[in-house]
Amino acid sequence: MTKIWKKYILYFAQEHVDHRVAEFESLVKLFSLQFRCLTDHILKPFWIVEFPNDEAALKYSSRSVCLRAIFELWSHGHTAPEFHKRLGAYVDTHKSEVAGYFKPDISFKITVESYNKHFSQREKIDKIETMDYLPIEGPVNLKSPLVEWWYIEFWGLDPTAVPPVPDDIMFGRLLAQGQRHLIKELSLKQRKFIGNTSMDAQLSLLMANQAMVRDGDLVFDPFVGTGSLLVSAAKFGAYVLGADIDFMMLHARCRPSRITQKVRDKDESVRSNLKQYGCADRYMDVVVADFSNPLWHRRLCFDSIITDPPYGIREATEKVETKGTAKENTRTPDMAHYPSTSHYSLQHLYTDLLEFASKHLKMEGRLVCWLPFHRDDYSEELLPHHTHLQLVANSEQTLTGNTARRLLTYEKTKEYNNDETELSARLTKIPTPPSCNEFRQRYFNNAIESRQERRMRKAEQREIGRLEAIKRGKVPADARSKKCDLNKARFD
Amino acid sequence: MKLSTYNFLTSMAIKGVKVGYPLKLTINKKEVVETEFNATFVERLLPKLDWSAIYSAAQVVELTDDIPAVQPENIAENEQLMQKLHHLLFEIDVLDGQLECPETGRVFPITDGIPNMLLNEDEV
Repeated sequence: MTKIWKKYILYFAQEHVDHRVAEFESLVKLFSLQFRCLTDHILKPFWIVEFPNDEAALKYSSRSVCLRAIFELWSHGHTAPEFHKRLGAYVDTHKSEVAGYFKPDISFKITVESYNKHFSQREKIDKIETMDYLPIEGPVNLKSPLVEWWYIEFWGLDPTAVPPVPDDIMFGRLLAQGQRHLIKELSLKQRKFIGNTSMDAQLSLLMANQAMVRDGDLVFDPFVGTGSLLVSAAKFGAYVLGADIDFMMLHARCRPSRITQKVRDKDESVRSNLKQYGCADRYMDVVVADFSNPLWHRRLCFDSIITDPPYGIREATEKVETKGTAKENTRTPDMAHYPSTSHYSLQHLYTDLLEFASKHLKMEGRLVCWLPFHRDDYSEELLPHHTHLQLVANSEQTLTGNTARRLLTYEKTKEYNNDETELSARLTKIPTPPSCNEFRQRYFNNAIESRQERRMRKAEQREIGRLEAIKRGKVPADARSKKCDLNKARFD
Repeated sequence: MKLSTYNFLTSMAIKGVKVGYPLKLTINKKEVVETEFNATFVERLLPKLDWSAIYSAAQVVELTDDIPAVQPENIAENEQLMQKLHHLLFEIDVLDGQLECPETGRVFPITDGIPNMLLNEDEV
C-alpha cells in the first residue's frame, strides 16, 4: 500500500534542545503517529517532518511545549533560485488545494522569520516582494488574517560565523501554534504556592509529556513538595496524588520562598495551585509520608510516576530512621514528637524509586525523574538500572559550574512478581552509581576551585590592577585612611 | 483526605505489622466538595480499589444505603451506582480525623485534610 505523506515544517524554540527529540518521540508514541523525519541535524530549530495528514500534525502540536509552530511546507531550497522554482512548482501542482487561499475575500499575512540574522522591516518587505508571482488576490490583514504564511531563512547556528548566504529558505502555511503559551500560563511567578525547589513550568510540562500523560490517568509524585510537577500533569487531564516527608511544606507553614513575602498565606496548598489553573477536580490528595517505607496498598497502580527527588543541595535528603547513637530521651509523653530523620543517600533513594515504580506502575507506564550528576563523572553505565524497567529517554540540562541533571524516562516492561527468590535476584542487579553517592560532596567541595582559592585569586587580581594603576601614574587612594576619614566625618 | 486515598493507605511500614489494612477511620470534621463526575476514571480506578474498604468507608460516613456490602458485577453499566461511588470516593473530604492501624492500634492523625503517615524512628 502506498502512503501519501505530507511535509511539514516544525519550528522549535532553541531552548532545552536536548529534550526536543525525547519529547517528539514521546508524543508520536502517545498519539501513535506515523512520521518520517527528513532533517538529520536535530540541533536546528527548523525540522522538516512528514506526517500522513494534517490531523496527525495538529495532534502533535496540541501537546508539544518545545514547538513554537507547525507549518504546511510549500517550498524548501538551499539557494534563492532553487527556492523560488520549487515554490512556483508547488503552487502549480497543488492548484486545487491552494486556490482557496488566494481568493479575493481571504485576508492574509506573510511573516518573515530569520534565524541567526537580523533584517530591517524594509528588507523583510523586499523579501516578500520576491514572491510576487504568487496569485494572491485577498487583502492584507496583519491582526487576524484568515491565512498566514511564513517565509523562513535559516542562517546557521553559530552567531560568530554567519554564512554569506542562508543555509535554508522555507515557505509554509501556518497550521497551528505549539503549546508554549502554557509556559506563561503556568509560570511560577504568578503561582500561589511555590517553594525553593518548585520546577520551572516549561520543564514540568516537558516531564508530563515524557510521561505520556493522558486525560483520566492517575499520576503520582512521591516527592511532591509544592506540587509543581502535578500542576502540569493535571493540566493535561491527569488525576494527581502526591506524598512528601515534609509536614511543614505540605501544610504550607514553612518559610516563604518569595523575597517579598514574610509569612505564607493561609490558603496556600497544592490544592490551591490546581484550583488556580482550573484543575481542582484533578486533585486527589497529598499525604505526609516517608518514601523509604512502604505505605501504599499493593493493588494501587499508577499510569505514570513523575518526580524530582531531592538532591541534598536545596532540599535535604531525609528518611525516618533510628540513629546508631541515640540521645537520651528527654521528652515527656504528652510532648509532640518529631521523628528523627537521617540522611537518605541518593543511591538508596533511586534504588527505592525504581523498585517502587516496578511495583506500582501499570505495564508500559512511565517513570520520569531527574538525576543530578557531576559532568566529569557521567557515563551511561552509571545510570540506575532495573530488570523490570527500560530506559527510553535520557536528556541533559546543565546546571551551574560543572554539574548537570539528566531527565530519565523509564518504561515498565515486565509484570512485577512478588516471588521472594526473584526479589533477591532483582535487588542485586541494581548497580551502585558512584556519582549518585556523593553528589552533595562533589557539588560543594569539588568545584573547579574552592572558595578560598577563589578569594586568593581575586585578591591577586586586585593587586595586579593596583600596580598597573600606579604605573599609569594614578595615585591610588589609601583605603584605610579613606575609611578613617569617613568615620571621623560621621562624628564631627 | 478523600475516601479514595483512604482505600490505598496501609500501615505495613510499622515494625512487625504484616498487612496493616484496612485502617480504622474516624472522622471529626468533613466537607463535601462537588467535583465533576468522570465515568471512565471511576471505571479505571475500580480494579485498584478494595471493596471491603470502600464499604467500611461508606459505613463511617453513613452511606451504606448507597453502597452494597458485596461488590456487584458489571458496576460500569450501573450509572447510578457509579455516581454514588464518585460521591463517596471523590467528593467527601476528611478535614480532621484519624486512621488507626488494625494490628497495633497506632494512630495516624489527619489535620487540615492531610493524613500524616510518618512513623517515629523506633517504629520502623
